[in-house]
Amino acid sequence: MAGLTIRNLTKTFGTFTALKDVSIDVEEGEFLAVLGPSGCGKTTLLRMIAGFEGVTSGEISIDGRIVSSPDTDVPPSDRRIGIVFQNYALWPHMTVADNIGYSLKVAKVAGPERARRIAAALALVDMESFADRAPASLSGGQRQRVALARCLVAEPKLVLFDEPLANLDVHLRASMEDEFAAFHRRTGTTILYITHDQAEAMALADRITVMDHGRVMQIGTPEEIFHRPATGMVASFISQGMVLPATILAAEAEGQCPISVLGHEVNVRCGDGDGPRDGARVCVRGPDIVPAAVGAPGFDAKVRRVVYQGGTARIEVEADNGHGATMHFDRPDPQTHSAGDRIRLAFSGGWLIPPGDA
Amino acid sequence: MAAGASGQGQRLALTAGVLGIIVIFSLLPMLRLLQEVVLPKGAFSLAAIRAGLGDPTAWVAARNSVIVGVGGTALAVTLGAFVAILVTMTDIRGTQILILCFVTPLMIAPQVTALAWLQVAGPSSPLLHLLGIAPPIGTPNPLYSPGGIVLLLGIQYAPLVFLILRAGLRKLPRELVEAAQATGARPLRVIFTIVLPLMTPSIVGAAALAFVSCVGNFGIPAFLGIPANYLVLPTLIFQRLAGGGPAVLSDVAYLSVLIGLIAMAGIVLQDRFAKRRDFRIATTSLGVEPYRLGRWRILATAGMWGLIVVILVLPMVGLILTSLVHGYGIRLSMETVTLDNYRFVLWDYAAARRAFANSLMLATTAAVFAVIVAIPLGYVMAWGKSGWIRWLNFAVELPYALPGVVLSIAALLMFLKPIPLTGIQIYNTVWIILFAYLARFLVLAVRPTVNSYAQLDRALEEAAEIAGAGLFTRLRTIVAPLVAPAAMAGGLLIFMTALSELTVSALLWSSGSETIGVIIFAFEQGGDSKYAAALSAVVVAITFALMLSVNLFARHLPDGVLPWRD
Repeated sequence: MAGLTIRNLTKTFGTFTALKDVSIDVEEGEFLAVLGPSGCGKTTLLRMIAGFEGVTSGEISIDGRIVSSPDTDVPPSDRRIGIVFQNYALWPHMTVADNIGYSLKVAKVAGPERARRIAAALALVDMESFADRAPASLSGGQRQRVALARCLVAEPKLVLFDEPLANLDVHLRASMEDEFAAFHRRTGTTILYITHDQAEAMALADRITVMDHGRVMQIGTPEEIFHRPATGMVASFISQGMVLPATILAAEAEGQCPISVLGHEVNVRCGDGDGPRDGARVCVRGPDIVPAAVGAPGFDAKVRRVVYQGGTARIEVEADNGHGATMHFDRPDPQTHSAGDRIRLAFSGGWLIPPGDA
Repeated sequence: MAAGASGQGQRLALTAGVLGIIVIFSLLPMLRLLQEVVLPKGAFSLAAIRAGLGDPTAWVAARNSVIVGVGGTALAVTLGAFVAILVTMTDIRGTQILILCFVTPLMIAPQVTALAWLQVAGPSSPLLHLLGIAPPIGTPNPLYSPGGIVLLLGIQYAPLVFLILRAGLRKLPRELVEAAQATGARPLRVIFTIVLPLMTPSIVGAAALAFVSCVGNFGIPAFLGIPANYLVLPTLIFQRLAGGGPAVLSDVAYLSVLIGLIAMAGIVLQDRFAKRRDFRIATTSLGVEPYRLGRWRILATAGMWGLIVVILVLPMVGLILTSLVHGYGIRLSMETVTLDNYRFVLWDYAAARRAFANSLMLATTAAVFAVIVAIPLGYVMAWGKSGWIRWLNFAVELPYALPGVVLSIAALLMFLKPIPLTGIQIYNTVWIILFAYLARFLVLAVRPTVNSYAQLDRALEEAAEIAGAGLFTRLRTIVAPLVAPAAMAGGLLIFMTALSELTVSALLWSSGSETIGVIIFAFEQGGDSKYAAALSAVVVAITFALMLSVNLFARHLPDGVLPWRD
């Protein structure tokens, strides 16, 4: 049974369309990340799933029950969901234990049972000794742990994470990522995780939904999203992919197509049955760009900038016939290039973005 | 170097000017009052206090003050909080117009409120006569009672609580409420376990303010309490002073310090209470999404309008109906309706004409002065770095935070004798009222101005400094234009408050220096309710017209300077 089903969901605010025809299925127990740049509609999506915003058209069902449609609007309190907020949203006037126990009190769980479950939730996030502390006296990471405990104590069917790590520093993020992964393993809860950080999404999620301008661009495993981006937006958003116009020279064979890009003929990966068509584009990433000997197949370029990054340098180049588009790749030390150098490069591979993307 | 030196000089001049104003309008009056109580004629003496402690009437009045203060506050907090939650946290219809109507009683002078309600509830009420349910002539008006005073104080100051709580609610990050909703908590539970506890500082602060206002209120207990011989401290002071003149000044000085102490007790209590727990909301976020009332929406909207009708429309209708009849107890009909009362108070009666001129002059001068002073004062208070800024704020707030009676007595003590060195005598002239108004209302312009400074990026001024502009040039060309809207909105508030002010002028007026408030009061005391009602109706009309006309260009004002608009 599906944990969360979103069907043709559209949301407009006045004349602004925040979400357009979004459909997502989240399996029961699945960890799905929704990834996109700010303003892509991911937070609106979360707020609609939680019931804080009504839907304009389409429907949302949780655990097989329709909770949102233009005619149905189950209040947030009846959706049996948990939310972990970016700013933790701990109630400052309650102790840590009171924060965690709130939902149990609402559900009229008896005192001793409540105390036991609060203690268990605190133990799960390693915060036993903080039960009587005020939220204001905790660090950011500790607050997020409490927020997590508050969320899991109610044993919700679906947990929504709203950029939970955005306010934490880099070191804490890694440890909280572990915490979230452990939480998911332990509880098997269906999770929808909103983020703009692809590393986070890749590390945690079973599948990733990439959104842009209120539309779903692609839904797939982290590997699919990385290796087989469905659109130019996904290709360039994930790991700084470069999208270049290409000419397909022959039909697909064994998952590969010969193409010509920047006047350079190369075999790249492609979808089944792809073949010569107009407007084809190829996605290449830094590791796909390799140096080539003079006279060997490849293309000529000029080094625009060399950004040293410690151990490696990011080399930015402009291909001679690339109409001003810049590309970049990393080179390990020692660095031999500097701005203005002429350089010959070749592609060692790439991915042909499938048709259908404007 | 020269520029640096003149910069120093200008800064010094600004600081000195600001300090001078604070000393004259806040510290001197308060010190003079304290001196009268403990150091009369220059020698330490507890005689005044001892005499006061042995005065049973003073104790009864003090007890009554506490009773109506607590009662009025309780009603104001209950009503104000209820309406604030309903209007801010639900999708009730017509929020803006509801707010405007609900806040209006705060803009109407208390004695006008009292007068209006008396017209509605009494045996001579033309409204009750129209409906045929008036009590028989001769029975006392039910509002002439402590309960009536509490009711009207509650209605008068509920908007105060409403405004403070609404501002707090709008800053409540929505996640805190949503986190509770997600746990399955129903709206009422969320309001009682999350929203209201988090709003404790706002509610307690508003309660303290309402308490001080209730205890210091003169107009309502004067209209409702004096006929029932139910005296509170401000009305006791008024009666003693009216009967004994300057001879009883040190006696009433003790009483006014007593009110000051009761008011202070409320503020101290608030401070203690607010510090008991951690209510600090650290994060900022969007405001809370309103609860959808669904089918209750129409009912809630209707209920709110019902409330507006009771607290605003009915009294105003009562006031207008009374102003249209010839005399006490006459039934209003097409034959008896008359505009004679208006003609009398606006044209025929010299004292009323004088009062209009005086009140207009006083209100305008106080407003203009406050706006001009608020800008440099706000500059020092908001952007100054010295440690004494906190005390500056306290000193500016003091004359307004303390009941108006306190300041009036202080002003009397200060100016009973001619001003030293100059020999100018302002006692028994309109100028002593002006002094009291300037002192009392200054903070109403300073507060929004300081807020406006806080929202302003200081870099704007620093850029002008880099460009070579001296302090006064910067104040005039950069700072003043930016904070002027807030200061002027404050000035407008002062104008409306001062126009029909009674508490201060009731103690300071003399023949020739009557104010509108005093004339209304005198008419009512003399049994001429119809004239009092006509004059009140004119004042209310002016207040309304001002509120609505300011609304027209409210878009150009910074957020939160007009109390009746978001």
